[in-house]
Order: sequence, then structure tokens, then C-alpha cells
Amino acid sequence: MKQALLAIWKRAVQTARLCCGVPDYDVYVRHLRQHHPERSVPSYAEFFRERQTARYKGTGGRCC
Amino acid sequence: MQTATTPSGQALAAAAPMSPASKLLWAAIAIIGACCLGVIALRRDEPVNAIWLVAAAVSVFVISYRFYSKFIAYKVLQMDPSRATPAVLRNDGLDYVPTDRWVVFGHHFAAIAGAGPLVGPVLAAQMGYLPGTLWILFGVVFAGAVQDFMVLGLSLRRDGRSLGNMLRDELGPLAGIVAMFGVLVLMMIVLAVLALVVVKTLAHSPWGTFTVACTIPIALLMGIYLRWLRPGRILEVSIIGLVLLLTSIWSGAYVAASPDWAVLFDYDAKSMAWLLIGYGFLASVLPVWLLLAPRDYLSTFLKIGTVLVLALAIFIVAPNLQMPAATRFIDGTGPVFQGHLFPFLFITIACGAVSGWHSIIASGTTPKLLSNEGEARMVGYGGMLMEAFVAIMALIAAASLHPGVYFAMNSPGALIGTTVQDAATTISQWGFVVTPTELLDTARNIGETSILSRTGGAPTLAVGMAQLLHSILPGQGVMAFWYHYAILFEALFILTTVDAGTRVGRFMIQEIAGLIHAPLKHTESWTSNLLATAICVGLWGYFLYQGAVDPLGGINTLWPLFGIANQMLAAIALMLASVVMVKLKRERYLWVPGIPAMWLVACTLTAGWQKLSGPISFTAAAQKYAQALQDGKLLAPAKSITEMKQIVTNNTVDMLLTGLFMLLVLSMAGFALRAGIRAWRTHHPTAHEEAYVALSSVTS
Repeated sequence: MKQALLAIWKRAVQTARLCCGVPDYDVYVRHLRQHHPERSVPSYAEFFRERQTARYKGTGGRCC
Repeated sequence: MQTATTPSGQALAAAAPMSPASKLLWAAIAIIGACCLGVIALRRDEPVNAIWLVAAAVSVFVISYRFYSKFIAYKVLQMDPSRATPAVLRNDGLDYVPTDRWVVFGHHFAAIAGAGPLVGPVLAAQMGYLPGTLWILFGVVFAGAVQDFMVLGLSLRRDGRSLGNMLRDELGPLAGIVAMFGVLVLMMIVLAVLALVVVKTLAHSPWGTFTVACTIPIALLMGIYLRWLRPGRILEVSIIGLVLLLTSIWSGAYVAASPDWAVLFDYDAKSMAWLLIGYGFLASVLPVWLLLAPRDYLSTFLKIGTVLVLALAIFIVAPNLQMPAATRFIDGTGPVFQGHLFPFLFITIACGAVSGWHSIIASGTTPKLLSNEGEARMVGYGGMLMEAFVAIMALIAAASLHPGVYFAMNSPGALIGTTVQDAATTISQWGFVVTPTELLDTARNIGETSILSRTGGAPTLAVGMAQLLHSILPGQGVMAFWYHYAILFEALFILTTVDAGTRVGRFMIQEIAGLIHAPLKHTESWTSNLLATAICVGLWGYFLYQGAVDPLGGINTLWPLFGIANQMLAAIALMLASVVMVKLKRERYLWVPGIPAMWLVACTLTAGWQKLSGPISFTAAAQKYAQALQDGKLLAPAKSITEMKQIVTNNTVDMLLTGLFMLLVLSMAGFALRAGIRAWRTHHPTAHEEAYVALSSVTS
């Protein structure tokens, strides 16, 4: 039960962050470790800043 | 890139036949839906409850999702669950990430939900609730959701490419350039009209202006917190932000009540327009983390939260619809927007039924997140059904108001006068009996001095919402609090759209300017940054200011331009989908995107034409004022010769813009026809799809 609630909470956080243009950090770290072991892993703060800047780079725009 | 030769085949795996139990269930849903529709369409002598409308909408949506979207997925787009998606193929952990479908759905819905579906249906309520409801229900099923789903499906097969890129690949390079230019012009109109909704909402409302002004220091605080104190803790900072926002709404009452303070936040439409223009400029040149991003987070969560609250309120209160099913204004003489039911009802509702902008989202981030083609149906088609449901709720909120109050709020001062006595007399003569006291009481209940001519849809929706919530939580001052909450939420997310849009516009302008003078392209250069931002703000600012001084209050004049622009983009997206159907040699399904495309072309061209010539045209308005100028007369609301000349110029600009939009639709239709005919004559598929890669060969 607790496990299930925790999983739902994680999904909700993931959705909320994605709505703000911040993809899942853990997924990114896993991706880096698996495919680019030579690269250094950014901290969550660094990752967040990079994504925040990328979101307003001029593509997409917002819906009316 | 490789041209697809044959469809992969697996997609055609037929769906399992329906079991008898399931047949029975769907037949029951269909019968319930038909009964509900029958009630809302035919009952005339007594008020209809909103629950009938909600039930009809839910039945229509589940049936269309179960059957039509499945047909599109299996036969038309031939979505193939065995085929690897861009997210899987190009997985980089950042932009291309295979993501859980519910997470993608939430993200997609948050990205497509905007102010449009809340405002359009409210304006359309002037014709009664029935025409609007029918168009939202059937428009979304056969056009809006089809567009979103098909564009998503096409982009999925094209490496997640954008609409502009797909147009260039499938319709030719010139079509791509024309469409991109169209999108820029369209965006300026969208920003101007949305900003105008805020201006109309906040003009002479010290309470509203104070709370919206408070969002600036709150956002700055949040920005600093997120950057330096607790980097990236979005949830934490959003909760802090929300608490501060609610405090500002609560303290707004005291600001409005104090004459010394109220005067500081009391602006007329013109000054408000200038303030927004200045603010838009600042917000888009400042670093994003300081102002734009934190407001974006707040507005995203507030938007989702408010939509849920509205849904809950409608379910609990189950209000009666006080607006008649169809009013006399279906003849085109309505005060809220001018023009006959066809095409102006469709142009006015715009985003709630079909929104061209969604084609940009559906070919933007969403296709880069889906881990399986089979999930595109739920995200693309399902997401748009949700959006239409929001539109239905907005319509319910507006139709559950006293019609007299509705018309007092949404008619321009030029038609109903500026005193409650005049307004009550005029509106009662229209057949919606209302007393001056009722109008005054409504204003007092929501903590404002007047509700007359608060056009733009947002204040009407806010009153509707406040009344619904007040009947759940009665109490002194509760209605005023909820009214200003709803106002704040709408203003907040419109302003976020305006800021973010200004930045996007700035980059687009720099891109174009770079073609003429290369150094202007550098986005890091402050000179070109400021210059491009100024041009962008100037473009939408011009239309915003024009709306603020417009004789008919702005919304009446400019909303149709917004609708035409939006529906035009949808027509372009559906034309792309139609051409691709022919290119894939699936001509027998051409009608799926083809009929809505033709419908939208017909709507935008007819509306455009009526805005160019005839009694409700910009041309007629320009001529009227030009004639008065010649005769040396002053026509309201102009107070000087200069203002008269300004109105003539504004209408001429709108006329030219309408002409430009029509030209754009026609040329895109030309490009689509040319590409379509060429593909029809070719005997093998010519669409630019990426080659098939099996999902099983990629996933590790």
C-alpha cells in the first residue's frame, strides 16, 4: 500500500515537473551512467538551471 | 530520411471483435447520450440543469474516443505499437525521453490548456447555450481532436519534427516559409487579444490590479528562492507562492476599500494597456529565472487546480442554465460579437473546439516523449477531449448566470450606456429582464464598483465561478474573494503566455532580421535583443492599444481576428494531414482530415470576407468614421479629430490584416492542392516518413 502510494506520488511529481519543462532527473542520471559513463553527472541544481534556460529558448511558445 | 515504401503492416492487426456485454454497454452509453442531448436541445418551457449538458458531453466524448479515435489510430494513421518512437530512438535523457503515458498526458494537457477555451465559449453564450454546446461537442470530435492526434501521429513518424518542418518537407520549401511567417503574425494577434482580455478585466478594478501587481514581487521572490536558496524545489516554492497569492487577494479587499490606496491601483483601459506593454518588455528581457519561469510554474499549477475546482463546483452545485437554449442573437445582431451564427459562432469559440496552436504543441515536446505509438491516441485525441470539456464548463458557468447580468458584462458601453439604469433598460428591451438593483447587487457582491461592459469573457467566467463556489461555501465576502481569485488566475496565465510569447516572437524576429543583417541574429547581444524585443512588443502593443481605444470596446472588434487566425492555423495543420494521407496512398481516408480542413477554410474565408466588406466589416467602420471626419462631426468614443483619425487607421490596419490572413489560407490551400494532386497521380507512397525500426530491436 505504502509502496503504491509512493509510486503514485513520484509519478505526480514527475508530471508536475515536466509541465514546467523539467524532465526526470533520475532518468537523466541513469541515462548518463549507462550511455555516457565518461561524462560527469550534474547535480540536480545544475540540471534544473540548464533545463530552465532551455525551456525559454524560443521554441514552442504557449497555447492561447 | 527515407521515403516509406509500404506501411509496416503490423498496425493493421484488426481489433478483436466486441463481446456481447461490451456491445450492450456501448449501446447503453449511446442511448444515455442521445437522451441528454435531446433534453438540452428540446426542452423549452423550464430551465435545463447543467448536469444534462455534462452527461451529454461525457457520453459523446467516450463514444467518440472508443470508436472514432480507434478508427483513426488503426486505419487512418496506422499507429503501430511495434514501431520505435523518436523518444526511444534518440533517447538523450533530456528532450527525447520515453515517458510513462499518464505523465505525457498530464504534460500535454497542461501545455494545450490556455485562456482561449475559457473565453471563447463565454462570448459564444450570447447566442444561447445550445449552438455553442453543439459546436464544442461535434467540432472537437470531428475536427479539433482529429487535428491534434493526426499532427502528433505525423510528427511521431518524422523524428518529432515541428509543424513548420513537416510543411516544408511535404508541401515544399515555399509553403514552409509562408506558414512560418503566418505563425509570427498570428502570434502577435494572439498576444494582443489575450492582453486585451487582461486590460478589460483590470481596468478600474483596484482590487484586481493590486493582486495581479503583487504577482511581480512574489515571482521575484520565488525566482531568487529557486535560484539561490533551494535550487529546483519547484513544489516548495509553488506552495509558498500560492500562500502569498491568496494573502494578496485577501488584502486586496482592504486596498480597494481604502480611498488612499485604491487610487494607486485604479487605471483606465489606456493606461492599463501601456502598463502591460512596459511590463511585457521588461519580463522578456530580464533573465528567465527571475520573473518569467517562477510565474510560469505558478500559473501552470493554478490553471490545473482551478479547472479541477470548477469541475467539482459544477458537479456539486448542478446549476440550472438561466440563458435560453437559443437567443434572438443567432440572427447576427448580438452585442458581444457581430455576425451570423455561420461563421462567427465557430470563429468565436475557436480553441474550445479546434485550436490551431495545438498543432505546434503536438509537433513540439509531446512526440519526443511518447514511448509507444499506441499511446498517441490517448494523448493526442484524449487530451483534446479534456480541453473541450473545459470549454463546456466555461459555457456552463456563463449560461448559469442571470442573462441580464451576462449581457451587462459583455456588451460594449456604446450599446448599453454607462449607467446601470440605461443598461438595465436596454437589456430588458432585448428581452432579458433585469433591474438596475440586480446589476448593482452583483457588482457589490463581487467587491467591484461596476460590472458594466467588463468584456472579454474572463470577468463573466469569474462571476459564474464565484457564484458556484459561493453556493457551496456561503458567507460574507466569499463571493468577492472567489471572483478575484478567478480574475487573478486568468490574468496570471494570460500574462505568462504574453511574456513567453514575446520571447518566442523576439527569437523569430531575430531570425528574420538575421537574414538581412547577420549580427542581429546573435541572441546573446544586448543591442539586438532589446531591438527585437521592442519590435515584438510594438507589434502586439499596437493592437492592444487599438483595442483599448476601440469604439466597441476592443473585444467585439479584435476577438474575431484572433479566431480567424487560430482557425486558419488549424486549417493549415489539417491540410498537411490531408496531403500526407494522399502521399501515403490512403486516399480512401482522406475525408478524415479533409472534411474538417475544408470546413475551416470555408469558415475563415467567409468570416474574413465579411470583415472586409459588408455591414460588420472593418471597411464599413473605417468609412463611417472617415465620413464623420469629412462632415466635421465627432463620433463616440473619440473625443478629438486625432482620435477619429486613429480609429480610421486602426480599422484600415485590421482590414489589411484580414486580407493577409485570407491570402495566407488561400496560398496554403494552393500548396496543399498542388502537392496532393501530384501525389495522387503517383502510384507509390511519397510521404517523407522515417524508416521502420522495430521497438524490440532498440529497447535494452
